Amino acid sequence: MSSFSVFSHIPVADPNTGAKPFSDFKRDSHRDKVFLAGKEYVGEGGRSALLPLIRKIKQQMNSDPTLNPEYLPSLGLPHFTRRASELALGKDSRAIVENRVIGVQAVGGSGAVRLGAELLKCRYGDGSSWRGPVLLPSPFDESLSWIFKAAGVGDVHCYRYWDGEHRGVCVGKMMEDLEKAPEQSVVVLSVVGHWPTGSDLSQGEWKHVVEVLGTRRLLPFFLLRAQGLCSGEPEEDAWPLRYAVAQGLELLCAQSFSHNFGLYGERVGHLLCVLKENDNLLAVQSQAEKLVQALWAHPPLEGARVVTTVLSNPAHLVEWLDGLKGIAERCMVMRERLREKLRLLGGTWEHLVKSRGLYCCIGLTVQQVAFLARKRHVYLLPEGCLNVSAINSRNLDYVAESIHLALTSHI
Amino acid sequence: MVVSENVAASPGASVFADALDVEIGCAGAYRTDEGQPWVLPVVRKVEKMIAEDNSLNHEYLPILGLPEFRSSASKIVLGENSPAVLEKRVGAVQCLGGTGALKIGAEFLRRWHNGGNTKTPVYVSAPTWENHNGVFANAGFEDIRPYKYWNAEKRGLDLAGFLGDLESAPEQSVIVLHACAHNPTGTDPSKDEWEQIAQVMKRRSLFPFFDSAYQGFASGNLEKDAWAVRFFVSQRFEIFCAQSFSKNFGLYNERVGNLTVVAKDEDNLTRVLSQMEKIVRITWSNPPSQGARVVSITLNNPELFTEWKDNVKTMADRVLLMRAELKAKLLALGTPGTWEHITEQIGMFSFTGLNPKQVEYLVKEKHIYLMASGRINMCGLTTKNIDYVAESIHEAVTRV
Repeated sequence: MSSFSVFSHIPVADPNTGAKPFSDFKRDSHRDKVFLAGKEYVGEGGRSALLPLIRKIKQQMNSDPTLNPEYLPSLGLPHFTRRASELALGKDSRAIVENRVIGVQAVGGSGAVRLGAELLKCRYGDGSSWRGPVLLPSPFDESLSWIFKAAGVGDVHCYRYWDGEHRGVCVGKMMEDLEKAPEQSVVVLSVVGHWPTGSDLSQGEWKHVVEVLGTRRLLPFFLLRAQGLCSGEPEEDAWPLRYAVAQGLELLCAQSFSHNFGLYGERVGHLLCVLKENDNLLAVQSQAEKLVQALWAHPPLEGARVVTTVLSNPAHLVEWLDGLKGIAERCMVMRERLREKLRLLGGTWEHLVKSRGLYCCIGLTVQQVAFLARKRHVYLLPEGCLNVSAINSRNLDYVAESIHLALTSHI
Repeated sequence: MVVSENVAASPGASVFADALDVEIGCAGAYRTDEGQPWVLPVVRKVEKMIAEDNSLNHEYLPILGLPEFRSSASKIVLGENSPAVLEKRVGAVQCLGGTGALKIGAEFLRRWHNGGNTKTPVYVSAPTWENHNGVFANAGFEDIRPYKYWNAEKRGLDLAGFLGDLESAPEQSVIVLHACAHNPTGTDPSKDEWEQIAQVMKRRSLFPFFDSAYQGFASGNLEKDAWAVRFFVSQRFEIFCAQSFSKNFGLYNERVGNLTVVAKDEDNLTRVLSQMEKIVRITWSNPPSQGARVVSITLNNPELFTEWKDNVKTMADRVLLMRAELKAKLLALGTPGTWEHITEQIGMFSFTGLNPKQVEYLVKEKHIYLMASGRINMCGLTTKNIDYVAESIHEAVTRV
């Protein structure tokens, strides 16, 4: 019997830095501990909850005797991809009317990014691999960088986005970085509710960005997460994407339906590809299909079916939009309440209500974030950003005091 | 410019295109005697339980998947009392169907096996499932080669050729093995033949990567269909096994798969899983919950488990019946040639041995759609059409 293991030289993987706050939180036994570093929307009760509408639809689906268990097409449930495209671009979008849109159901937003990265790699169509550059906004989810690299697109950089000092987007620096980018670079852009800062560009600023994308021949790869959760209105949240399309840009967009449908575990995502012309649409679509075969072959049905059911039924749509407004309002209310508490303790906190959606950036140093975790058992994201939905009536005072202490103690 | 101008159309995946347009036969999915897809009664029951369970949270699953799914799925293929399980050197990654499990396994091996040498050969059977090549190639392996498997003349396993290719395979080569119900030939090695295969692979330090898509579905018996995998584990091989629950749970569209890893010891296993987690993160981040919940609840509940085994046997028995009937009818018609292979082969597919002209006759004249290779999907046969199919085959063989 051989004692040799084929795996013996394999090192332990570097810990996932994104998971550290949660693992520290789980180990923490302090009764006042608060976890503000999660990605999911959390209700007032402190847990992520299934929207009643979604529960109802799942139960209806379950008792439907006509449900077919067979594989979905590789490109996904056709009704889903249509509705997803319409939700993002608007039913009357030029691009849809002119048949220049490819939609592929993907396994969550991450799966959509991976598929998009793989598609970009073969963008030259001659067997050679495009390897970048791809520009990501700083700060960014490290897994985005890994995804591009795993797909073989190794040339990944940052552009300046969040200005910690001024607690907002540093548009000037961002524009500088985009102007300097080589032609044909891919620029990853958060449409709304930027993770983790929550800070987005204004419409005027978007117009400048789109202009530069056009003149510098840069390809935008939009990330559309939590559409509808930021302003409460899906159309308003999707404005930057729709504006870019209206200006005739070619683009990719990875959509996630995790937050705006509360379908995290179901992995509902969609990759949109808007082409300049549709003569090559079938070719690009066939490439996408081939790439899907090598990734997951067919996407999962359940979540996509729920989304399609909601988006195809006027009554469901109204109920869903109401639910979205409720979430958006609650997030804004928590921001305002946090701002008030902090203002009373000292300092200016207007930036908390300038951004919308689930995430916002307090503006803390690494040491202050560590202080919060160790001394106050309050867990934030490394940049001092937090998920406002995880704040509630029970922990608001404690969180505000803790932040104040972090800022005023000698650390 | 950018994405659109130069992207070449990819050559159509002919098998999927053909299979979509069929009257008899279907793209790798079970059909009832009425020709309908079948939601297993136990699955319907469990899905109802899930829909009515208000305590379930809908958050992201862990990156490696639902823990109770992973462990029960691994135990199903290895056996609960497998020494490897008892020695805690079995781990798993929940994946998007069998394809997803192959993908994660392939990505891992490309990075970490044999010093990360992407020219390490990956051997797949000749013939094999169409997508094996694509998954390993896309994962970055540069040298994907066939090993001899199907002997068309004798309509059976080419064991000598298979063993010969294994003997000459470079050490550390990855060998993709079908655990049972070989796709597309339906021809599996016997126990004795598996023993010979294992012997050579052990001596040549070849890495076994099992593809198990039909456990239970092939013979109707879970243990029987897992014999080869369990044998390799008993011989102290380290293995990967990509499991699919698409067929045996009828959960095709929920994408339920599991990559089982058997390592030499717990320490090796831990390190392997930590690297697998990184790979999952950049592929789909975390897997979908629904299908895994159905399988996990079923496997972990004794009553539901028994009901599931019954449902699986129902499917397997129907296929076995169709095989027996087809052979009997061909013999009764006096169709030239031998037809033993129809019942000797196992699982969903059968390599009939019909030549391309005969296949064309069936497609054009008789509207019976099968693969150009002569592969027929047994699930497409029903008591209502079997006479027609048998007669048509008889015509094809006698006239063409």
